Amino acid sequence: MTGARLLRYLLWRLLQAVPVILGVTVLCFLMLQLAPGDLAEVLAGESGGASPGYIEELRARYGLDKPVLVQLLIYVKNVLFFDLGFSFRHNADVTSLLLERMVPTLLLMGSTLLISVGVGALAGLFAAIWVRTWRDHLISLAAIIAYATPLFWVGLMLILVFSIWLDWFPTSGMENVVMFYEGWDRVVDIAHHLVLPAVTLSLFYMALYTRLMRATMLEQRGLDYVTTARAKGLTERQINFRHVLRNALLPVVTMAGVQVGALLGGSVVVESVFAWPGLGQLAFEALFSRDFNLLLGIFFICACLVVVVNILTDLVYVLLDPRIQVDR
Amino acid sequence: MSEPVLSIEELRVALPSWSDRELAVDGVSLSIRRNEILCVVGESGSGKSVMAKAVLGLLPAPHVRVTGGRIVFEGQDLVGASEDQMRAVRGERISMIFQEPMVALNPLMKVGRQIDEVFQIHTDFTAQQRHDRVVDLFADVHLPEPDRIVGSYPHELSGGQRQRVMIAMALALEPSLIIADEPTTALDVTTQAQILTLMKELQGKHGTAVLFITHDFGVVAEIADRVVVMRQGRLVEAGDTQALLRAPQQDYTRALVAAVPSLHPRHAVNEEPPAPVLQLKGLVKTYGGRASLFGGHSRTVRAVREVSLEVPRGHSLALVGESGSGKSTLARCVVGLESPDGGQILLDGEDIAGLTRKQLKPYRHLVQMVFQDPFASLNPRQRVGDIIALGPRLRGVRRDEAWEKARELLGLVGLQPDAASRYPHEFSGGQRQRIGIARALAVEPKLILADEPVSALDVSVQKQVLDLLDELRQRLHLSMLFITHDLRVAAHVCEDIVVMREGEIVERGSTREIFANPRHEYTRQLLDSVPGKQWDH
Amino acid sequence: MRTFWQRFLGNPRVVAGLAWLGLVLLVALFAPLLAPVDPFEIAADPFLKPSAEHPFGTDSLGRSMWAGLVHGSRTTLIIAVVATLASVAFGTAVGAVAGYFGGLVDDVLMRLTEFFQTIPSFIFAIVLVAILAPSATSLVVAIAVVSWPPITRVVRGEVLSVRSREFVQAAVLAGQDDLAILFRQVLPNTLSPLIVTGSLLVATAILIESALSFLGLGAPNLMSWGFMVGAGRSFLRDAWWLVTIPGIAILLTVLSINLVGEGLNDALNPRLADL
Repeated sequence: MTGARLLRYLLWRLLQAVPVILGVTVLCFLMLQLAPGDLAEVLAGESGGASPGYIEELRARYGLDKPVLVQLLIYVKNVLFFDLGFSFRHNADVTSLLLERMVPTLLLMGSTLLISVGVGALAGLFAAIWVRTWRDHLISLAAIIAYATPLFWVGLMLILVFSIWLDWFPTSGMENVVMFYEGWDRVVDIAHHLVLPAVTLSLFYMALYTRLMRATMLEQRGLDYVTTARAKGLTERQINFRHVLRNALLPVVTMAGVQVGALLGGSVVVESVFAWPGLGQLAFEALFSRDFNLLLGIFFICACLVVVVNILTDLVYVLLDPRIQVDR
Repeated sequence: MSEPVLSIEELRVALPSWSDRELAVDGVSLSIRRNEILCVVGESGSGKSVMAKAVLGLLPAPHVRVTGGRIVFEGQDLVGASEDQMRAVRGERISMIFQEPMVALNPLMKVGRQIDEVFQIHTDFTAQQRHDRVVDLFADVHLPEPDRIVGSYPHELSGGQRQRVMIAMALALEPSLIIADEPTTALDVTTQAQILTLMKELQGKHGTAVLFITHDFGVVAEIADRVVVMRQGRLVEAGDTQALLRAPQQDYTRALVAAVPSLHPRHAVNEEPPAPVLQLKGLVKTYGGRASLFGGHSRTVRAVREVSLEVPRGHSLALVGESGSGKSTLARCVVGLESPDGGQILLDGEDIAGLTRKQLKPYRHLVQMVFQDPFASLNPRQRVGDIIALGPRLRGVRRDEAWEKARELLGLVGLQPDAASRYPHEFSGGQRQRIGIARALAVEPKLILADEPVSALDVSVQKQVLDLLDELRQRLHLSMLFITHDLRVAAHVCEDIVVMREGEIVERGSTREIFANPRHEYTRQLLDSVPGKQWDH
Repeated sequence: MRTFWQRFLGNPRVVAGLAWLGLVLLVALFAPLLAPVDPFEIAADPFLKPSAEHPFGTDSLGRSMWAGLVHGSRTTLIIAVVATLASVAFGTAVGAVAGYFGGLVDDVLMRLTEFFQTIPSFIFAIVLVAILAPSATSLVVAIAVVSWPPITRVVRGEVLSVRSREFVQAAVLAGQDDLAILFRQVLPNTLSPLIVTGSLLVATAILIESALSFLGLGAPNLMSWGFMVGAGRSFLRDAWWLVTIPGIAILLTVLSINLVGEGLNDALNPRLADL
């Protein structure tokens, strides 16, 4: 695999992603048009039952009086120039608002991805190595319970035990703003706040990867190439780590790519439970205040995120599996 | 007489409780000496592979395990050996070659590295020494450009090359015993011949003992010094190859040997061939090349290139070729499962090439097909009667009449008529193939297209199904297009033969003529590759 | 060889799962008898700890937790099952058509499926419920809309593999129509993976439903377990049981469905179970 071919593959994949992202944008735009009520009504309602004339005026000011198709075309054109419009609620540029709120979400997602894939794959690996012993049963049991636990409930239970009863971690927020920490202290503070949300969001996915890894390890160990390795005189340990592990990782990588979208959805719940100031919180606010520009922006950025992570996982896959041809 | 390298004494291997029988191997004894090739022959379920795996301690524990007897290898009993002792033996003193080289190699590891590993475990060579040895080994097994292949992944090699890699791996530490489990079964005939030659050559050079598991008496005749015949876990007969093949002592062995079709064509051709029922004129089929909707295009494969042939009425024409020759594509075009890109398919003089599925409907019953895989060709969720009755029912026959006919047909193919109300999984492979034949006959076709109909069956059953097809064809005055890779099968049932390679016909004529006097280089090569041709009975 | 039922019911995990599911089902069926009150009705003082009179205590408004749990089981089960049926029906149709007809149709349908998988499904569900206005129907629609892609993938994969088998070619040669082949020959052979995936989907549907209800997007006049957790979250410090008990109910139900679904899979594919 040469660097140039890999680069070409990357560019090709990015190009392929453009229609997908645009499609998501268009779909969401049209869907939001179906929603009852718009920004003008909400704003008018807040200022205390305004006259129909005022509402019309507001609509005209925000371009909401134009035909849907025109609004759509204007929006798509703007998106193509990375102009996501203006949030009238927050009185700020959507793009800068998103960039600001994206950091906490990325932090949460990144650490979750790391914890869940890392710990999950390891737990699955060991469960498979210890198959049908008490250790395997223990891991499998933990996994199947974690797999059935609702996210929001885990979050609340962790808060109950570790924040309220034991007082080890803060109950909510991303940092202790009144302390005005700087530099390293701030990093430690954020990390301290991150522990519970990240663990909460990781638990389900950890269970998923543990179960997947265990199942694929066992499946792979029944294949002929393992018999070949055994016939060479390799120890079980060598067989597991040199031969089976890499083959068993492939489905886990695929699954990690598929689950990114779900992870974003889960972060909405977790952000709500822990008052984590990320995109999920923002989306929630935007939805109820009919701040559709902002909501569309969030969808746009989520789609971008999913696509980028998918390309990254595909890249990892290509590096792991020599059978995948990338010269399209 | 030298001390045996391996002797198996009264070996018993137990199967798990839910199997249909208790023992996979039941009191088998055999021994093998240095510089000797011992073939273990048997049909599926004979326990031959289980026995081979037992020697290396590779049985799928804990379900399948050795429960009695001894496996003495170089003076050491392997049955009681510890896992550490077994590991010292595996790869170094005994090595193994498997049936499917594609799945027997780790798909994510370079083949050079997979052999390097053997040296790494068992020797203290430096990395450079190991690399040199691997390259030498690849040269020994006649792989082209050994230096390059060392860095290849399994999927980048052909089937034959992969099996050479497996052989190189087996030879790496010059073990005193190699166990080969059906090593050529998954390969094309010509490749099989090359691999057999190679194994014989290397075995002679190193004086290795080889335990060769096979189901094919042709291969036995080609390679074995001695033979052991197994059936349902028991040893039936053992002896020198020549003696055993000439004069088998046991009924079962006699039946097995007799079931191997002879290379002497059975059917003579009359002077004047009758008018053709099927004519192909310049048939072309190309795959790929079509860009899919969302970009990306596949490579074009010209599967069938301007093929013309005819099947005379009442004749059976063998279409012979190796994998990739285009014979199956051609068959799919003829039955209308695939639409050709050019040329004509004249069925009783009417061109059906390029017709849509709707337009094809009136012609469907004229050509019927007997499929290769008896397990995939019957819908597991339907009763046999419904499977056979489907064709007539779609042509407007009432259900009870169609079922009555199905029962009749089942009788005709040698099954009980009440088989109609049972499900496919209740039948063996050979019986399922008979059901498949009954289904093909149900709409009274003029032409039967048989696509490798016996290649998935055991030898003894193969012969029965072939004979049934042949008999029915003559009795019902059917014509047959018979697709096969096996020249013995072609000789057994076909008057005429067409040899295909890479989408083109290289030679055609009457079977007798071509077997006696092949003109094309490739035909000669194919004929030479048939295992056990000298032994032919 | 043991029969399917022996393998299925001989599995202790399946028995445990079926036992809990049976219990929940009975409770849901006889809810009006077990708790003959409106779960939204104020029954006693707020924040009563679990006692003989109020087995699971009362919530911040004095509503009976027992009544909430009993009536919540109905909401949760009905919404999850109906949403699953809808997504299985739609997913199967799309997957079967894509897998059977292949080519351009397959390309388009699978791109559409991938597209739906690109949109973060839970956020999508939130927006759908918000747009349709929270109600039982909009919950069902939202859950079904975000759940069908996995079904489509499973069915398509199975149909692709079944379609390549020779008995389908035999049906073509017999002159059977595409639609008849799809329904009579192909789909019956994809049933077992479909049943397994579908049963596991019920569990996912329960999780989505309770998360939506937790966020306050549930059906406003129907009590549900997720809503109970959401209503209790503000009082976590003082009345931990308000959150814990309905959460355990969700956990056990989802766990039981998963156990049964897996048991089903093991019993339908016995070789995998022996590994």
